[in-house]
Amino acid sequence: MDTILQLLLKGISQGCVYGLIALGFVLIYKATEMINFAQGELMMIGALIAVTFTEYLQWNYFVAVVLTILATGFIGLLLERSLLRRMIGEPPFAVLMVTIGLGFVLRALAGMIWGHDPQELRTPYSDAVISMGDVFVGVSNLVVIGGTIALCIALFLFFRYTRIGIAMQASSQNQLAAYYLGIPVKRIVAFTWALSAGIAAIAGILFAPLTAITPNIGFSGIKAFAAAIVGGFGSLPGAIIGGLAIGIVEQFMQYNFGKGLGDTSAYFMLLLMLLVRPSGLIASTQKKKV
Amino acid sequence: MEENQLTVRNIETYYGPIVAIRGVSLEIPRESIVTVLGANGAGKTTVLKTISGAMAPQKGSVHFQGEEITGREPDKVARMGIGHVPEGREIFPFLTTEENLMMGAFSRRGLSVGSDLELIYAYFPPLWENRKLTAGYLSGGQQQMLAIGRALMLAPKLMLLDEPSLGLAPKLVGEIAEIIKTINDEQGVTVLLVEQNAKMALELADYGYIMENGRVVMEDTCERLSQATDVQEFYLGMKDKGVRGQRRWKQRKTWR
Repeated sequence: MDTILQLLLKGISQGCVYGLIALGFVLIYKATEMINFAQGELMMIGALIAVTFTEYLQWNYFVAVVLTILATGFIGLLLERSLLRRMIGEPPFAVLMVTIGLGFVLRALAGMIWGHDPQELRTPYSDAVISMGDVFVGVSNLVVIGGTIALCIALFLFFRYTRIGIAMQASSQNQLAAYYLGIPVKRIVAFTWALSAGIAAIAGILFAPLTAITPNIGFSGIKAFAAAIVGGFGSLPGAIIGGLAIGIVEQFMQYNFGKGLGDTSAYFMLLLMLLVRPSGLIASTQKKKV
Repeated sequence: MEENQLTVRNIETYYGPIVAIRGVSLEIPRESIVTVLGANGAGKTTVLKTISGAMAPQKGSVHFQGEEITGREPDKVARMGIGHVPEGREIFPFLTTEENLMMGAFSRRGLSVGSDLELIYAYFPPLWENRKLTAGYLSGGQQQMLAIGRALMLAPKLMLLDEPSLGLAPKLVGEIAEIIKTINDEQGVTVLLVEQNAKMALELADYGYIMENGRVVMEDTCERLSQATDVQEFYLGMKDKGVRGQRRWKQRKTWR
């Protein structure tokens, strides 16, 4: 029983990270119908920027967090302005190749700047552990869960009640109609990139204390992509739910069958989902009018 | 030139290699209702898209209130005061009715937005009743009202209406026509109305253009257009019996 609870908590916190990266995938997909395969790399960049601010520059942790989110968001904005905006109207395959290539470039750049040695992000709560009976939980894990819940609530309020949030929904539902109403769709798209890069940075900051940070942690972006599909690509709650599902299954598979099956379980779930229910757990696809 | 709200000069627009309109000129005086009639594929919608910037013309120019707007981005054109109500309504299906309307006022600030919203609810009572409803669940007529209301929230000086009667019951067509008249009378909004429903359009508008195969083939005041035999036969469905009580099978239009 204790083991199950332990695994469940670890799985949920890991799943939250996948879910947050998946959120970035879905946000950009809904706004532009592009799939940004560099989403995991943006998370990695976020984590490394946070390390730079706290470890190298010795800034206050909370100041560093805010600045990291802003800086990564700005990088997302720059990427959209410089690269992806030119790809509007190009075939989806070309856009896909650009974002995959972008992932490679970001990984190489990170290697050049920060090196390939594992780094550590120390937080005020790094070594704190809470014990409930025989269950021991790192505070870092709980912060991941709490942070994800807080972010989801913030995003919900943003999309429901703010002018920009509603305009983002409008542009994704009918881009041309949004244009006709004077909504600056291009600026909205740029903002979407900034937002999803910012969310990736938050994922990086939350994830970093749980692991050693190298330029390769961006590969968990692929698992997050699987999470987005399991949840139903195009649904924001689906992204989180898919992330949780993959995170939890991964922990249990790893415990019972070893690391190999644990790591591949995300892709098994992806295949299974595509076979059984291709629209995902929360189907949000609507038929397109021609 | 200044007395025209919109002047379109000799525009040519292509879909890739396919020419959609070949040299169309329109003059739309201030506070008038002008209609463009024509069959499917005549290029009516393309004319509107070219005016509002969704498509760029290869040749020709578009002037709005004396200022050239040819090839400008559609959101900038909209902010200048051109409200485009596209064919097939194109509402935001997952937003509520009120959110849809508020999106029309995206670029506006200030108190007048609230009073405009009330005005639109007064014009379209069904929208007020369903203001919290997800817009995708509105009926076809209500969606058309929403599309017009949403464009009105821009506080436009010129409205481009693309087949507002499409797919509506005759009673609703009448209601929409009334509303267009009211908007023109009370708000002083100039209207460019594209229609296949020639009867409604000719009753409503002051001046009309008839398009065929990407060209304007006829233009006149609506009064005179309704009298023209070609228009009566091909657009209003009135047939004259012909000499031997039969229609000639090879009737030719005078402009061919």
